[in-house]
Amino acid sequence: MSNAFRIAGAGRIDRNAPLAFRFNGRPLQGYAGDTLASALLANGVHLVGRSFKYHRPRGILSAGHEEPNALVQLERGAYTEPNLRATEIELYEGLDASSVNCWPSVDFDLRAAFGFASPILVAGFYNKTFKWPKSFWKKFYEPMIRAAAGLGTAPTEADPDTYDRMHWHCDVLVVGAGPAGLAAALPAARAGLRVALVEEAHELGGSLLARSAEIEGLSGSEWAARAAAELEALPNVLLLRRTSVFGYYDHNYLMAVERRTDHAGPGRMPGIARKRLWHFRARRVVLATGAHERPIAFGNNDLPGIMLANAACTYAQRYGVSLGRAGLAFVNNDAGLRHALDTHAAARNLTHIVDARVSPDPGLLRRADEAGIEVLTGHLVSTAGGGKRVSSVEVRGIDGGGARRIACDHVLMSGGLNPVVHLYSQAPGTLRYDASLTCFLPDRTLQAVETAGAINACFALDRALADGARAGAATLAALGHAAAPVPVEARDDLKLQTLWSVQTSLNTELPGKHFVDFQNDVTERDIRLAAREGFRSVEHTKRYTTNGMATDQGKTSNVVGLALLADALAKPIPEVGTTTFRPPFTPVTFGALAGRDRGALSDPVRTTPIHAWHVENGAVFEDVGQWKRPWYFPLPGEDMHAAVQRESKAVRTTAGIMDATTLGKIDIQGPDAAEFLNRVYTNAWTKLGVGACRYGLMCKPDGMVMDDGVTARLAEDRFLMTTTTGNAARVLDWLEEWLQTEWPGLKVYCTSVTEQWSTVAVVGPNSRKILQALAPEMDFSNAAFPFMSFREGTVAGLQARVFRISFSGELAYEINVPSWHGLAMWQAVMAAGKPYGLTPYGTETMHVVRAEKGYIIIGQDTDGTVTPQDLGMDWIVSKQKDFIGRRSFSRPDTARAGRKQLVGLLPADRSFVAAEGAHLVADPQRARHDPATGSPSLGDVTSSYLSPNLETGFALALLADGRALHGRTVHCVTAGGLQPMTVVDPVFFDKEGKRRDGID
Amino acid sequence: MLKITCPWCGAREEIEFSYGGQAHVAYPADPAALSDDEWAQYVFMRDNPKGVFLERWVHSQGCRRWFNAVRHTVTHQIDATYKPGEPPPAQAGVK
Ligand SMILES: [Zn+2]
Repeated sequence: MSNAFRIAGAGRIDRNAPLAFRFNGRPLQGYAGDTLASALLANGVHLVGRSFKYHRPRGILSAGHEEPNALVQLERGAYTEPNLRATEIELYEGLDASSVNCWPSVDFDLRAAFGFASPILVAGFYNKTFKWPKSFWKKFYEPMIRAAAGLGTAPTEADPDTYDRMHWHCDVLVVGAGPAGLAAALPAARAGLRVALVEEAHELGGSLLARSAEIEGLSGSEWAARAAAELEALPNVLLLRRTSVFGYYDHNYLMAVERRTDHAGPGRMPGIARKRLWHFRARRVVLATGAHERPIAFGNNDLPGIMLANAACTYAQRYGVSLGRAGLAFVNNDAGLRHALDTHAAARNLTHIVDARVSPDPGLLRRADEAGIEVLTGHLVSTAGGGKRVSSVEVRGIDGGGARRIACDHVLMSGGLNPVVHLYSQAPGTLRYDASLTCFLPDRTLQAVETAGAINACFALDRALADGARAGAATLAALGHAAAPVPVEARDDLKLQTLWSVQTSLNTELPGKHFVDFQNDVTERDIRLAAREGFRSVEHTKRYTTNGMATDQGKTSNVVGLALLADALAKPIPEVGTTTFRPPFTPVTFGALAGRDRGALSDPVRTTPIHAWHVENGAVFEDVGQWKRPWYFPLPGEDMHAAVQRESKAVRTTAGIMDATTLGKIDIQGPDAAEFLNRVYTNAWTKLGVGACRYGLMCKPDGMVMDDGVTARLAEDRFLMTTTTGNAARVLDWLEEWLQTEWPGLKVYCTSVTEQWSTVAVVGPNSRKILQALAPEMDFSNAAFPFMSFREGTVAGLQARVFRISFSGELAYEINVPSWHGLAMWQAVMAAGKPYGLTPYGTETMHVVRAEKGYIIIGQDTDGTVTPQDLGMDWIVSKQKDFIGRRSFSRPDTARAGRKQLVGLLPADRSFVAAEGAHLVADPQRARHDPATGSPSLGDVTSSYLSPNLETGFALALLADGRALHGRTVHCVTAGGLQPMTVVDPVFFDKEGKRRDGID
Repeated sequence: MLKITCPWCGAREEIEFSYGGQAHVAYPADPAALSDDEWAQYVFMRDNPKGVFLERWVHSQGCRRWFNAVRHTVTHQIDATYKPGEPPPAQAGVK
């Protein structure tokens, strides 16, 4: 019968708004205002999933975010989401959910057979069981564990929803809108402060919605609604519902995720971002995060139908749902006893209360008596019985005697209350252990934060309200507002009898499994085993047993696990300490974290003004930092190899054209600019004439090469520096750092002009003819326009700077125009070059032709451990002046013999192209990778290509003592064996450098 | 994420800044006059205290200027920030 367990007239559901939904394919009905969990329970569905390791039947334990058992897979296809807590899912029409972690069905799970193999699945079972035999791991153990473990299934389709990010600065951020949170927020809001109040539920009020209460003549829910209306009307208040604060970071930075459309169902609210990730920076924070009830470890305490007492109360009072026909409550404290009685007030189905205490509060006992409930004081529940649902419990006296069995179809339990200190702990704040309440409470923090309500053990409503008001007043005072101080509220005395585990209390072994962590299937036995095996630290025990490491992060298990470990180690609980609470407090989806930063927006893409031409002409692109650079330009039918061979040949025989716009360009101005360059480059700059260029090498203070490039002197007090494409920002930062922090007296200003200029490189023996055709008024003769100089003039009708520099050894020009003219200049050059077969080429050909000349690329042929001397570039290191890194060249390690040096390598087999990164060894007889007998690596290949101009493979390498080995053979290690290569000078092509002035 | 007060721009989020290590480690006036050991001290060795630390930051996504901060390496409390060339303020307030 539908909704057979609905309590007539009770709850805050809308009986006029029935909602149809499916669970494991079965059609069911609930009402607006239900959660999936309350709707399932209303239909008598207690079995909702199977446990992680043993595949035991599991039911609903809680009514909130602490739920370890009731995880479901929600919806299908692109909208599917795994491992959501049924206790938090708001019901909507057509909802479709299924159990996770069961096969073939939740009612009949084949893997429950693991329960019979449970002796091998104890603590540390991953570490112990699957070691032997070794070959079994890949073939048997791993596939078996992968199939059996794990929870829901991740979606395989792209997420159809959008997600937003919000930043919010406020005076006061209040986390939690229960009675304490509301009481704290109201005075701050009335004082006109910028207040943000964040509540995870869709309605403000917290426990006020789930208990009968009276405040200021109103019911609890009416009072909460009035407070919500008042706050909502204030323009200085941000009220966020369905929003979970999951992280508390330094300097009062908190993050929260707001669920904006999930309650309506997938795709039902088009145009609205599904979630928002909130970034808060608050001057003051109030944490009113409440408390979780604690389970008790007894035999088979995980059977469906066994639930936390406050959750049962919430289902009865807020959702109008009873858990069964005959219930039994097992408690050790007044709060739990009150929860049981409040449940009964609505559900009228408790037959027994088992209280571990000999003499509980007489007033509460009277209430039980009047309700006709039998109370067994000084008794414990030792074991529960039943298959897929609890059907009875065995009860014993605290002396272990008088065992009797009581039939029941549900059990309420309360082992005490744990203040929700997670965010406070993240703040970071220290915790103190309260021995009478057996829980951890906030202690000290340096953050500007107050705690209010149940987190301070002010559990009862009047105390929670008073403590909220106190926190509100303290917050106002801290922000300099007049506020009458409110005295500190005393914490509740729950008259709690310490009780973690019935076995421990009775000092005897009882049948059944005694669960501590329900989600990760960790039992009391596992924790005791870990202690016996020598685990002392709570952090180690957590990892060994996996207690508290599931998606619920141990909200119901951490304190119980810790207490049992302390007991096993015979240490007081504060000495064992807690594990660290880390964000996120509740799981956050990647979609929410990524926000709009998806696809093309995940990282900026930089393109040059000539990019459209490259695309049109079939360029294949390479990512260089964020830049898209043409890699090569294949003609129809060509592969990369054929294209690069053709382009490399064209550069040496006629002319090539390359887009060099991405090279970093820094405009350096000021009267001390030359002196500044003297200090950052290894060579001298003061005597460089205006109109001339010079190649420079930059080192770090440790003497290692950092960057290189050509710098031109535009005027007496102005230089244009070029850097490698990938290092442009880093070099500018480097120059700024030295100017600002070490040499503030130098009058020098640096500006990035990388994107202001577009650079077209025309390279090859025919480049002069092409330039001459484009700029008839300019004189391109060697005498008038020598190598390493630049001229300004009109090129193709555009004002341009032309540099005569070369990264290929050929006659070459780089034409710089303002970037908006880049494409026009490129097209003009292409047209002028047509008679000469001007060939566009990409980065790969640039690499081949520069390597043929032995020109290094920073970051490819160097790695931050290479000096100019290692590169054979002593010629660029001034002996006359100081510069960054110079002192390091005489350090013993930098000056020692045997350092790796740049060499060239030519293979004996001309078709062999070594892999970049391949190791080089000397002795082919000892090449096996055996540290004892193998031949040591002497270095590695840094650049390697097939050259159409040399008609052979060739490579650059860093080789120990390489310059002394010219003419010798080394062996390149490949997957297929060794390849002999001859060590040569790194300049392979045109050693005399004749071609740079042209060959005609 | 820290909240850092740039001496020129005011309080900003940490993502706008880059870290620059220990402050007040000056580039030696005459490196050539230093022994290998003294030079290695400058190049490689930095303090790593558990407690108050004078360190450099640069407002790289803002005014791009360098400054110094007094930060406690355990609590991350920043007691003061000040411009390069200025002496560190009295540190009594650092917890
Ligand atoms: Zn700034």
